[in-house]
Amino acid sequence: MIRFLLRRLAWFAVTLWVVVTISFVLMRSVRGGPFSAERELPPAVERNLRARYHLDWPLWRQYVHYVGPLNLAADGPEMLGGDGARPFGGLLAGELGPSFKYRDYQVEDILVESLPISLALGAVALVWAIGLGLAAGVLAAARRGTALDIALRLAATAGIALPNFVIAGLLILLLAFHWPFLPVAGWGDLSHLLLPGFALGAPFAAYVARLTRTGLVEVLGQDWIRTAHAKGLSPRTVLLRHALRAGILPVVSYLGPAAAGILTGSLVIEKIFAIPGTGTHFVNSALNRDYTLAMGVTILYTALVFALNTLVDLAYTLLDPRIELEEA
Amino acid sequence: MSGRREAWRRLRANRAAYVSLLFLAAVGLISLAAPLLPLPSPMALDLPDEPRAPAWPWQELGRTGWDAAEYWDLNAVDAALVRARAAVFGTWQTGPWLGTDAKGRDLLARIVWGSRISLQVALAAALCSLLIGVTYGAVAGYCGGRIDNLLMRVVDVLYSVPLIFLVIFLVSVVGEYRAELAAAGIDSMTVFYAVIGMVTWLTMARVVRGQVLALRSAEFVLAARALGASPTRILLRHVLPNVLPVVVVYLTLTIPAVMLFEAFLSFLGLGVEPPRVSWGLLALDGTEAIHPLRTAWWLVAAPAAAMGSTLLALNVLGDGLRDALDPKLRGR
Repeated sequence: MIRFLLRRLAWFAVTLWVVVTISFVLMRSVRGGPFSAERELPPAVERNLRARYHLDWPLWRQYVHYVGPLNLAADGPEMLGGDGARPFGGLLAGELGPSFKYRDYQVEDILVESLPISLALGAVALVWAIGLGLAAGVLAAARRGTALDIALRLAATAGIALPNFVIAGLLILLLAFHWPFLPVAGWGDLSHLLLPGFALGAPFAAYVARLTRTGLVEVLGQDWIRTAHAKGLSPRTVLLRHALRAGILPVVSYLGPAAAGILTGSLVIEKIFAIPGTGTHFVNSALNRDYTLAMGVTILYTALVFALNTLVDLAYTLLDPRIELEEA
Repeated sequence: MSGRREAWRRLRANRAAYVSLLFLAAVGLISLAAPLLPLPSPMALDLPDEPRAPAWPWQELGRTGWDAAEYWDLNAVDAALVRARAAVFGTWQTGPWLGTDAKGRDLLARIVWGSRISLQVALAAALCSLLIGVTYGAVAGYCGGRIDNLLMRVVDVLYSVPLIFLVIFLVSVVGEYRAELAAAGIDSMTVFYAVIGMVTWLTMARVVRGQVLALRSAEFVLAARALGASPTRILLRHVLPNVLPVVVVYLTLTIPAVMLFEAFLSFLGLGVEPPRVSWGLLALDGTEAIHPLRTAWWLVAAPAAAMGSTLLALNVLGDGLRDALDPKLRGR
């Protein structure tokens, strides 16, 4: 177990390093830089700005400064010519650098502010996805071959096929204007999250439903299910207590990718519903060439996806003790 | 009966998949022939106060006033098609059967022209995942051992990165060099396709590698090797044809994902640029047109219907193909 986690962590470090290096080189080699987009700045102002963000340094030095853990700026350690006020800095010290657009903001401050909103949205979407998906899948498997089964499967295929922003648009159109009982935009309490959460979770609910149905149908044909029936358990107990536990495994392994997909899908959903989450910041930062912020979000989401996948693998062994954690 | 004909028979027997195939063929034909159809120009502006509601064909069949000059820079083939259309239909064009958007542009024309981008992206991505993914997977699977390990680790690393972020990042960086690229004869759309293609080959590489790994020690491969066939020949002549069914199935599953991705990027304002149009842009227009007082429902519903039905058909066809080519997996 520990070995598995350590190996995973090592691969995560490699992955993160690759991501950071590639995006760093990309963003620093872009001509013009982040300040050229606005109206022409006086040369002195631009020189000062570039100096403030250390864009006048050679690339290797910017890279070392960005990654850390030593702070190479004027407030860095004394042996490097600084005043020793802040010897450590950079990614390895947990600093993502200053935002290029939101002057006076550190990237990590922006993330701390916006991440809870995105996580809440993602959690609501995941609850929708699992709840609806499992219910529909179990129902379809229990009533296999009936009209209900066919209708649910059709709905699932449609849910997989429709992009979440289309679902969102249709939902807003129907719910908000014809039966207005849910707020359609903005950010406040849980009711603001129900609609966007559903739009975000719907494609994943469809997939979960499909996986659940397939898994259950396969398990229901096994001998030990017949044994369970034979010893007089009620059909409901057999289905929910015995079959579901085995049939749900594909769903569990899908949760990692699903959570990752929900995270990325929230870029669009946050935009549509005007939710001030991390996704909105990322899209704006990419459009505004706020590279440190864009990179901060990328790093954060890489870490989140990694953590989710590892959790799913661990959950997998709990559900099915036959599986051993081997190669990460 | 040969395996391929048997598969085709099974596919035709699957009514939903067959209908999807016909539907997709129709969509493909319409989108190829878009310049030839007597539709209004997708970028002809007519600034009204608000979007115009659909005027169904029986209400207004058509009108004159089409102008062949009102297009973006078309390539030679499309320009020729537009001229052919002018010769046949003159300046006659269809009425606003699906309504117009807030700038008075005909929605039906925009959906038809928008389908071309989706189609192009789908083709480009399919090509990328075929060329890169199959080669990569085949080499990894066939070489095995250390090379396999290394190549697959690279795929694993790429897999665990939220690639959408990198792509968005990349697209915004590339946007910076649009002038140079144009000078070098590279369309911004080409870059867009290349970036999308870069992320689509991963799954294909994994799948092909698994298949090749299994086939590597099959008896007919050992026989070919014993006869002195070169590795390249074994791969191309003996192994890859046997992987083909799986490749086809994954291709039909990749294409909808890529079309979604294109729509996603265009929706975020990072993909296709106006005056060109894609389904993602149309969906964006639709959601922006949602307005508490008077909602232009057709701007939301029509692109949603177009995109939804096409993607649905692709998914159904993909499932059908999988069942037809690999009957063991039926019903999954």
